[in-house]
Amino acid sequence: MSQFRIPGKGRVDHAETVSFSFDGKRYEGLRGDTVASALLAHGVHLMGRSFKYHRPRGPVTADSAEPNALIGTSRGAGEKEGRFEPNTRATVQELRQGLVAESQNRLGSLSFDLGAVNDALHPLFPAGFYYKTFMWPRSFWDKLYEPVIRHAAGLGRAPSKVDPDSYASRYLHSDLLVVGAGPSGLMAALAAARAGVRVTLVDENPEMGGALLSDPGIEIEGRPAWDWLSGALAELNALGVRLMTRTTAIGYYHQNMIGLCEKLTDHLDEIPEGAPRERMWRVRATRVVLAQGALEKPLVFHGNDRPGVMLAGAAQSYLHRWGVRVGERAVIVTSHDSAWYAAFDLAEAGSKVVAIVDTRATPPEALVSEARARGIEVLAGHTVTGTKGRLRVASVTVNPVRGGTVGAARLLHCDCLLMSGGWTPSLHLFSHTKGSLQWDAESETFLPGRMTEECHIAGAGRGVWGYAEALADGAKAGADAATALGREAEAITPDVAHDRPGTGESHKELPTDRKSHRVRAFVDYQNDVTAKDLRLAVREGMRSIEHVKRYTTNGMATDQGKMSNMNGLMIAADAVGKPPPQVGLTTFRPPYTPTTFGAFAGYHRGATFEVTRATPIDGWAEENGAVYEPVSLWRRAWYFPIGGEDMEEAVARECRAMRASVGIFDASTLGKIEVMGPDAVEFMNRMYTNPWTKLAPGRCRYGVLLGEDGYIRDDGVIGRLSDDLFHVTTTTGGAARVLNMMEDYLQTEWPDLDVWLTSTTEQWATVALNGPRAREVLAPLVEGQDISAEAFPHMSVAECTVAGFKARLFRLSFTGELGFEINVPARHGRALWEALMEAGKPHGITPYGTETMHVLRAEKGFIIVGQDTDGTVTPQDAGLGWAIGKKKPDFVGKRGLARPDLVAEGRKQLVGLMTEDGAVKLEEGAQIVLDPEQPLPMKMVGHVTSSYHSATLGRSIAMALVEGGTERMGETVHVPMPDGVVRAKVTSTAFYDPDGDRLKL
Amino acid sequence: MLLIHCPYCDETLPELEFAYAGEAHVDRPADPSALSDEEWRDFLFIRANPKGPHFERWRHVHGCARFFNAVRDTVSDRFLMTYKAGEPRPDISKLEEAQ
Repeated sequence: MSQFRIPGKGRVDHAETVSFSFDGKRYEGLRGDTVASALLAHGVHLMGRSFKYHRPRGPVTADSAEPNALIGTSRGAGEKEGRFEPNTRATVQELRQGLVAESQNRLGSLSFDLGAVNDALHPLFPAGFYYKTFMWPRSFWDKLYEPVIRHAAGLGRAPSKVDPDSYASRYLHSDLLVVGAGPSGLMAALAAARAGVRVTLVDENPEMGGALLSDPGIEIEGRPAWDWLSGALAELNALGVRLMTRTTAIGYYHQNMIGLCEKLTDHLDEIPEGAPRERMWRVRATRVVLAQGALEKPLVFHGNDRPGVMLAGAAQSYLHRWGVRVGERAVIVTSHDSAWYAAFDLAEAGSKVVAIVDTRATPPEALVSEARARGIEVLAGHTVTGTKGRLRVASVTVNPVRGGTVGAARLLHCDCLLMSGGWTPSLHLFSHTKGSLQWDAESETFLPGRMTEECHIAGAGRGVWGYAEALADGAKAGADAATALGREAEAITPDVAHDRPGTGESHKELPTDRKSHRVRAFVDYQNDVTAKDLRLAVREGMRSIEHVKRYTTNGMATDQGKMSNMNGLMIAADAVGKPPPQVGLTTFRPPYTPTTFGAFAGYHRGATFEVTRATPIDGWAEENGAVYEPVSLWRRAWYFPIGGEDMEEAVARECRAMRASVGIFDASTLGKIEVMGPDAVEFMNRMYTNPWTKLAPGRCRYGVLLGEDGYIRDDGVIGRLSDDLFHVTTTTGGAARVLNMMEDYLQTEWPDLDVWLTSTTEQWATVALNGPRAREVLAPLVEGQDISAEAFPHMSVAECTVAGFKARLFRLSFTGELGFEINVPARHGRALWEALMEAGKPHGITPYGTETMHVLRAEKGFIIVGQDTDGTVTPQDAGLGWAIGKKKPDFVGKRGLARPDLVAEGRKQLVGLMTEDGAVKLEEGAQIVLDPEQPLPMKMVGHVTSSYHSATLGRSIAMALVEGGTERMGETVHVPMPDGVVRAKVTSTAFYDPDGDRLKL
Repeated sequence: MLLIHCPYCDETLPELEFAYAGEAHVDRPADPSALSDEEWRDFLFIRANPKGPHFERWRHVHGCARFFNAVRDTVSDRFLMTYKAGEPRPDISKLEEAQ
C-alpha cells in the first residue's frame, strides 16, 4: 500500500490493483484511480513542465479544468503508437492495465529539464515577447527565428502513426437534457422524470454525483450523501432516464442542440473488437438544464505554481473519491469558507494541517472555533508572499496584512499548500448560446444573465452555494422545465444535515512585500502568464480585455481560461482602473474541453470521407489499367497507359490514334438536364445567350450560360429533340449549379412559364466516339437512323437504337474530328462501350482519358469553363461573341454585357500562345509581361490558362488571357520563369484544322 | 444547427436540408436593358446587409427543392418566419412585437 493511500477509503476498488508506467517507471494504482490520483498516492506531485518557462508542475485540480498535469498516454509502442494521445489530463485519464504515460515539454528528464533555462531567463520573456523580439533583422527570420519558434511551439507531440480507432456519431432527441449530475443536476432530473418527462442526464466523470462524491459527510433526507446518491440514481434508472457518464457536453448550439462527446474505451484494459473509441452525440432537446457547477479559482501569489500547491477542493476530492492524502503537512490559504472544510477533512484523515491562512480579517467564528478545537492554527488577515522547494513545495511564507501594509514574514514548513480563491460559475455552455452575463457585486463574479435558448440554469452554475440550496435549486429547475413541457411537476426540497454553506471574497494578486520584479505569480498556468504580464500589457496600451488576452495569451490555452479568466479579469480591471463589469469577460467558445479530431470526423474518414462518383463504364476502365483523376466528386479515367508508358507517352499515343483512326471516351460525367414543356424554347431563350427559336428538332447547338453580371458560368451542347424538349448538357462540375440556377429563375422570376426541369446526369451513360473512322465503327450498330454525312450532318441529334439499346445520338465534336456522342440508359453503358470496342477492333479503336480529351480540345481552341475562364470572362473575351443572340430582347446576362467595364478597351482576351522553341511548354498559371527588361515589379498583362504538348502538331501549344489579346496577333510576349524568360508568339486559338475541314467527313 | 420551417412541406427540418440563396425581394427588372448603369449596378451588387431582421431566400434543396423566403435576425440567427416565394414582404414591426 502506498504511503498516501488510506486503506478502504474513497470510491476506488481497493481489492483490484492496476499497474501502469509513468516516464518508464512502473506504478500500481487501484481500479477507479486516475493517473493523477494514482501518482499522488505514491507521493508523486511532479507531473509536467510548463509551456514557456519549463517550470516543474503538478496537478492543481482533480478534474477536467487541469492546466498543469498534461501527459502523453498510449497503449504501447510500435503498432499501438497510433493510439498515442498528447495533452491528456492526468486528472481525467482513468487507469487501465498497462497504461503508458509520459510527461511532456521537457528537454532531458522531468526532474532535470534543460529547457528550465528559460525560467532563469524569465526577464527576457515578457508579455508580447514574440512581437517585440523577432522583428529584426529580417534575414534572421527564415533561418533562425522561425525554426526555433517552431521547435518550441506546441504542447506534447503528435502521434506518428494513423489512429486505428473508429469513432461513432448519433443523433438523440430528448424532452429534457440535464448537463451535470451533481446535486442540482440530479434533483432537476428527478423532478422532471417524476413528472413524466423524457430526460437525458449527462456527466463528464466516470460516475455521477458531482460534488457529493467529494463530500460524503453531508446527509440528505436523513441518509449519508453516498447512500442518497445511490438511491437517486436507482430511481432515475427506474424512471427510464438515459444516464450517460464519461460524456462531456462540448458545445451548446442554436435551438437547443448540444454536442456530447462520450468516451467509450479509453478506460478499458482491452478494447473490445470493433468498439468505437468515442461517440459524438448531436442532441436536440426541447428544454435544457445546465447544472455545470462552479470552478474553484486559484489565488495569485509568488510561487503559486510549485508542485504540491493545489486547489483545496481538489485535495478534498483526492481524499474522498480516491482515498489519497495529497500530503503529510498541509498549509491552507484561502479567501473562501470552502477550503476550511477541506482542511478539517484532511486533518481527520491524519495529515497535519499546519495552519489555515485566510486573507479575510474575520473569517466566520464557527469555522475559527472548529479549527481551534482541532488544534489548527488560524492566521486570519494574512497573505502569502512566496513558496520554496525545488520540485515540490517545502515551505510557504505568510505575512499579516494590516491596513493595506504587509507585515513581517513567517515561514511555515509543509509538503502541500491548498489554496482557494473562491468559486466562479462554469459559464462556458451558457456563453456558447450568446446569453449575456451579469455582474453580481456581492459575490464579485459573473452570473448567467439574459437567456437566448429554452434553458434553465441551476445550482452553483448560477452562484447558488451550499448543498441544501443547490438541491432545492435543481429541483425547481427540473420542475420548471417539466411545467414548460406541459407536465404537472412539484419541486420537492430535500432536508440536508451537516451542510457546508459558505461565502468568500475575490482577489486580484495577493498583497506582497516582495519587489515587483521578483514576483512570479501565475494566473494562467498552462500558458505561463503571470500577473505582471497582465499589468505590463495594460501599461503598453492594451485596454480591452480582448487585447489583453491575445497579447498575453491569458486564457488561450486548451483549458479555455477555466482557471485564469476571472483572476485575469480582476487584475486587468485593477490595472485599467475600471470595475470588472466594465472591463468584461472574453467569450468562452466550444468545445468545453479538448475534443479529439476523431470524434468530430466520426465516420467521415478514409473511403467514407466523401462519396466517389463512378460512371457505369468505370469498372471497364479499372480492369483496363486506367489511371484516375478526381473531377469534382467523380473519379475519371485520366489516361490508359500501355506497357509502362508514362502520362506523356500514353497521351501522345491516344491523341495520334484518335486523329488517325478512332478513339473512344467515357463522357458520362457530363451534366445533363432535360428542359421540357410548352414554354421550353422561351425558357431556353431567356437562360442561354443563343437564339433557340429557329433551332429545328433534330439539331443541336453550342450554348453559353452567363450570370446576370455578363460573365460565363457554363457551356455545353444542347439538342432539341422536339418542339417542347431540349437535352441540355453542362460541364461535369457545373451540373448541379446550372440546374439550381435554372430552377431559381423558373420558380422565382418566371413562375408563369410552363416548363419542367429534370436532372438526367446519372440516367444516361455517354460515350464519345471520335475520329475519321468513327462512322464506320458506329454505323453497323445503329438502327432507326441514317448517320451518313448527308442524313445526319454535324450538330444533329436523333433518338434511335444503338447496339440494341434505346439511345439519344448526337453528332458533335469536342476534338475537331468527326464525332458522335451516344447516350444510352446508364445500366447499358458498359455493354454499349464493349460493343463499340468490339466493333472498333478492325480500326484499332483506342480508349482515351480526360488528359487526351483536354489536349485534343485545346488543339482546336475549345475552352474549358473554369480553366480558360475564371468568372471574369465574357463571351467576347473568350472569342465566343458569335454565340450571342443579338436580336433577342433579353437573356440572363444581356444587360450585364453592356456594363461599362465589360465594353471597355483593353480587356483580357483569350488567345493562343506558341513558344518560339516548340519543345518548351509553358506552365499553366504563368504570368505574361510585354517587356521582360522593365524594372520590378513588372506589369503583368495576363496568364497562361491551358498548356500542353501536342503530339499532333509536334510542338507545345497554350491558351492565355492577355490584355487586348486579339489586337496583339503575331506579337511576341514574355513569360518570366525561375530559369529564364520564355518568348511566345500570340496566335489564334485554333491551332489545328482552323477551317474545320475534318468535321465535314 | 438551425431548424428551418419549409412553407411548402409545412415541416420544420434541419438546416442540412436547405441552402441559402441571397437576399429576398430583389426582383429581376422586366426589361433590364432599360436600366441605367447605376440602376443595374444596384440590382446586381447592392444589398441591405442589415443588423437585425433580414429578408432572405432559402431553397429546400434536399427536400421539395422549392425556393422560399424567410425573415432571419442576423444578430440572434433566429428565423422569425418563412413564407412562400411570391408572397408579399411581411411587416417587420409586427414580427418584432410577436417576439
